[in-house]
Amino acid sequence: MALRLDGGVAAAIRRHGAETYPDECCGALIGRDGAVVATYALPNTTEEGPRRRFRIRPQDYRDAERQASAAGAELLGFYHSHPDHPARPSQYDLDHAWPFFSYVIVSVRAGAPEAMTSWRLRDDRSAFDQEELTYEHDSHPDAAATVHRQEGIG
Amino acid sequence: MNTIHIPTPLRPFTDKKESVEVSGGTVGELLADLTRRYDGLRKHLYTDEGKLRNFVNVYLNDEDIRYLQREQTPVKPGDSLSIVPSVAGGAPTVTTPPEAEKASARAVPDLSQDEIKRYSRHLIMPEVGMDGQRKLKAGSVLCIGAGGLGSPAAMYLAAAGLGRIGIVDFDVVDFSNLQRQLLHGTPDVGRSKLDSARDRLRTLNPHVHVDTYDTSLSSENALELFEPYDVILDGTDNFPTRYLVNDACVLSGKPNAYGSIFRFEGQASVFAARNGPCYRCLYPEPPPPGLVPSCAEGGVLGVLPGIIGVIQATETIKLILGVGEPLIGRFLVYDALRMRFRELKLRKDPECPVCGTNRTVTKLIDYEQFCGLRPASEVQAGAPADDWEITATELKRRLDAGDDLLILDVREPNEYQINRIAGSTLIPLGELPRRYQELDPSREIITQCKVGARSARAAEFLHSVGFTKVKNLRGGIVEWIDQVDPSQPKY
Repeated sequence: MALRLDGGVAAAIRRHGAETYPDECCGALIGRDGAVVATYALPNTTEEGPRRRFRIRPQDYRDAERQASAAGAELLGFYHSHPDHPARPSQYDLDHAWPFFSYVIVSVRAGAPEAMTSWRLRDDRSAFDQEELTYEHDSHPDAAATVHRQEGIG
Repeated sequence: MNTIHIPTPLRPFTDKKESVEVSGGTVGELLADLTRRYDGLRKHLYTDEGKLRNFVNVYLNDEDIRYLQREQTPVKPGDSLSIVPSVAGGAPTVTTPPEAEKASARAVPDLSQDEIKRYSRHLIMPEVGMDGQRKLKAGSVLCIGAGGLGSPAAMYLAAAGLGRIGIVDFDVVDFSNLQRQLLHGTPDVGRSKLDSARDRLRTLNPHVHVDTYDTSLSSENALELFEPYDVILDGTDNFPTRYLVNDACVLSGKPNAYGSIFRFEGQASVFAARNGPCYRCLYPEPPPPGLVPSCAEGGVLGVLPGIIGVIQATETIKLILGVGEPLIGRFLVYDALRMRFRELKLRKDPECPVCGTNRTVTKLIDYEQFCGLRPASEVQAGAPADDWEITATELKRRLDAGDDLLILDVREPNEYQINRIAGSTLIPLGELPRRYQELDPSREIITQCKVGARSARAAEFLHSVGFTKVKNLRGGIVEWIDQVDPSQPKY
């Protein structure tokens, strides 16, 4: 399985992670047929400390589902950031994971977004499997950086 | 009949239906009917114990059933039910080391019937339970040293069911270890500590995997040795290794369950945890060599490592379970004579050379040199012995030849009572600054202690106050007994 991030999606997730650093950010992934076309930033309502936790309230979840169907798309999963920690799912992530959804994690170190990965829960809930992330040309982090530099020269 | 609205992630289990018709008199009965029709939903909605998972929200006509009568809430015909996910997650907490997280990203192992019996006192505690015990089984610790601290720590961790215990040691069991190092028994004297430790831990708990590393921890091997483990347990008795363990923990992102002991006093903390201070935040520089005596020089109460080592084991278990308040940013000092615990607050030092913002130490260094035990110039020259030192055999030869030598024993009086070189003069190191004038600077002086560290400091001091003919007995009285006079007892 692979998850494709369309134009601007990867950059939006990375930007959101940098904005909320050192707290975790979270949001919904909206799209269809394995391609994310839009992100929907959601408030982190955890009561366990946003430095290392995120929680999306049921009402925000319903809101995200409504947004998705209004756009003629569906909810493909959620993203969140791991401030100063690798982009690997934690036990806590595993304990709270839903099937079917893609869980995109971006590592943010010292405020700068780094690696991004995506994970899906096994049906028996025993572990996550990593899924490949593919990028539409200009949404690849490196490509975006290149574009940015060229703009800078111009 | 009633309708249940199915959220996106569960639709693969309901033939992609967004809503399902079910029947029953209560919320619980409707959900039971749902999982009867679509069995794949069960494990996502319910825990193994049959309770609704805490991130599964159920709404009856837009009312959270938690505020009604939960699963006992009665339903009328036409009521609709919605399953709404709470989505949650996050980075591992400060209490979960990155390596524990790596361990937990893989499936945690199951417990056998034997293990369930063995760990029953853990399993009935809500803070541990089946899940926690499986985390322990998936967890691992590397004990640096199988001595005073390593003994109780490794034994209790093995008994508690920690899945993998590594031990680094290169020593053999000596009679002087038995007063406190309970991993080893009288029949083990002369055996390798690793063999003895492995046997003891296997007897305690055959389910535990024991790795042994017959080597001394060094800058070359530390990171590689640490790699497979969740927590590092520092049971070392010397400063170079202590700084090495600290720096390697910081560099590899592994928490250090730290303990140290001396005479009647013990200390414990958890260093190098995520966002927590490290040993260098507390002590940026080591003390001058010889100033702080080791247990071999100063002694240690036999029961003391039992307390401190078990504190280290406790912290290791808490880190792996992710429960409680870890000893991060706190420094525990235990005084056995007064029977008191004190707690000091530790802060992460932004200027810390290893874990601060402008790091100057980014790889492991030469810790012997850092602790002043080996001057850089001497390392470069590779000189085996220098003019400041004399060997035991050379001293014996010169005494036999009738040379006029003053042997200055700088140990404590109670050590002097155990063994001594005939004709030596006793001035404990601590008294030397006010008593050195008792010594005749025209005579050649040989300073001596137990193993040669305190006496090196004494020789250095005498030089600094103008004595020119001072040499240090290399290896101290231990070397003297080994090489010259085996009739005397060693301690």
